[in-house]
Amino acid sequence: MATSDVLSRHRWSEKADNFGHDVHVLAVDDSLIDRKVIERLLKITSCKVTAVDSGIRALQYLGLEKNSVGFDGLKIDMIITDYCMPGMTGYELLKKIKGSSTFREVPVVIMSSENVLARIDRCLEEGAEDFIVKPVKLSDVKRLKDYMFGEDKIPNEKQETNKRKLSEISSEPEISEPEFSASPSPPSSVSDSSPKSLSSSPSLDSSTTISSTESPQSSTPSSPPCSPSLLTSPTRRLKMTNLELD
Amino acid sequence: MEVGQLQRRFLEYTASLFNQGLLDGQFAQLQQLQDESNPDFVLEVVSLFFEDSEKLLNDLTIAVGQHIVDFKKVDAYVHQFKGSSSSIGAQRVRNVCIAFRSFCEEQNTEACMSCLLQLKQEYSLVKDKLQNLFQLEQQIVEAGGAVPMLEY
Repeated sequence: MATSDVLSRHRWSEKADNFGHDVHVLAVDDSLIDRKVIERLLKITSCKVTAVDSGIRALQYLGLEKNSVGFDGLKIDMIITDYCMPGMTGYELLKKIKGSSTFREVPVVIMSSENVLARIDRCLEEGAEDFIVKPVKLSDVKRLKDYMFGEDKIPNEKQETNKRKLSEISSEPEISEPEFSASPSPPSSVSDSSPKSLSSSPSLDSSTTISSTESPQSSTPSSPPCSPSLLTSPTRRLKMTNLELD
Repeated sequence: MEVGQLQRRFLEYTASLFNQGLLDGQFAQLQQLQDESNPDFVLEVVSLFFEDSEKLLNDLTIAVGQHIVDFKKVDAYVHQFKGSSSSIGAQRVRNVCIAFRSFCEEQNTEACMSCLLQLKQEYSLVKDKLQNLFQLEQQIVEAGGAVPMLEY
């Protein structure tokens, strides 16, 4: 049956590597501790990792700098970078990557310890795929990998992700986010009224797709590509450290 | 002491560290990243944190002790400390860093000095506790047991 084919393909792809090769991630962070952690997080989710300590080194690795060590056939599937770095910030690195013909299609994710809306906006506007508030958790990395490298976005797969999120979320107490600014969320940092609204909806059966975030209680501005990742807002992560484990 | 007792002691000790707010969920997250292929992951990361912190505290002591304090510099150090403490789940250290940064912004030398002292105290405390924790782990392993997974 078609549905079970789709489901079993998804499960298979979770174990095996996508498209027959490891997802190769370039991680950029000036903090040795954070590099070690992100590297482990990525490896545990079956990614191949190259970690560098600066934007310049990242550009050199990619072959976009003068003293480049880049080589033909370098395959990078995602770049994840810290925002605050001495020398070149993650934002500047993002711009350079998006300005290059070879790597502009590579998704770039920004990490930052500061949950500053203006910063998030700026990065997203410049083409960042996502913005993660540090400290980075396994659920962040899994989420990224799932929505970027999962099988072609099929409804069944997406709401498997939803369901996981729901079961995580529904057991949690109400979350207030005093640190989160009062202004309306930008498209990609969906506030956590979304997950709550989903958990209160009658059922999430196999006919529901991601667009269930358009459900009545959602007070967030719904954004056109409403991918599974948006259910868990980056800002929500600030409050989650004491509450959830993956 | 037999393994079961050691394991219980470990869990109780860990729970107390969380209850006192010394550690937060991020530490538990690190524990979850540890496995047979990376059995010393937490120890390695925390050791890096100790090294990093000690250097930062030295740098901070010098910077805050200057006749004319360069608050930007001090803030940069504290920012780094905030990041690393946050990454390993050293919650109280991180919270002091947050306060510290606001004093840097205010360019309040007195408050910065006081914060630095507090930072040293909190760091020393969490370092001590973590070292105890690693010792308890080691005792379990030496007694032939497995270190129980944290549940938080």
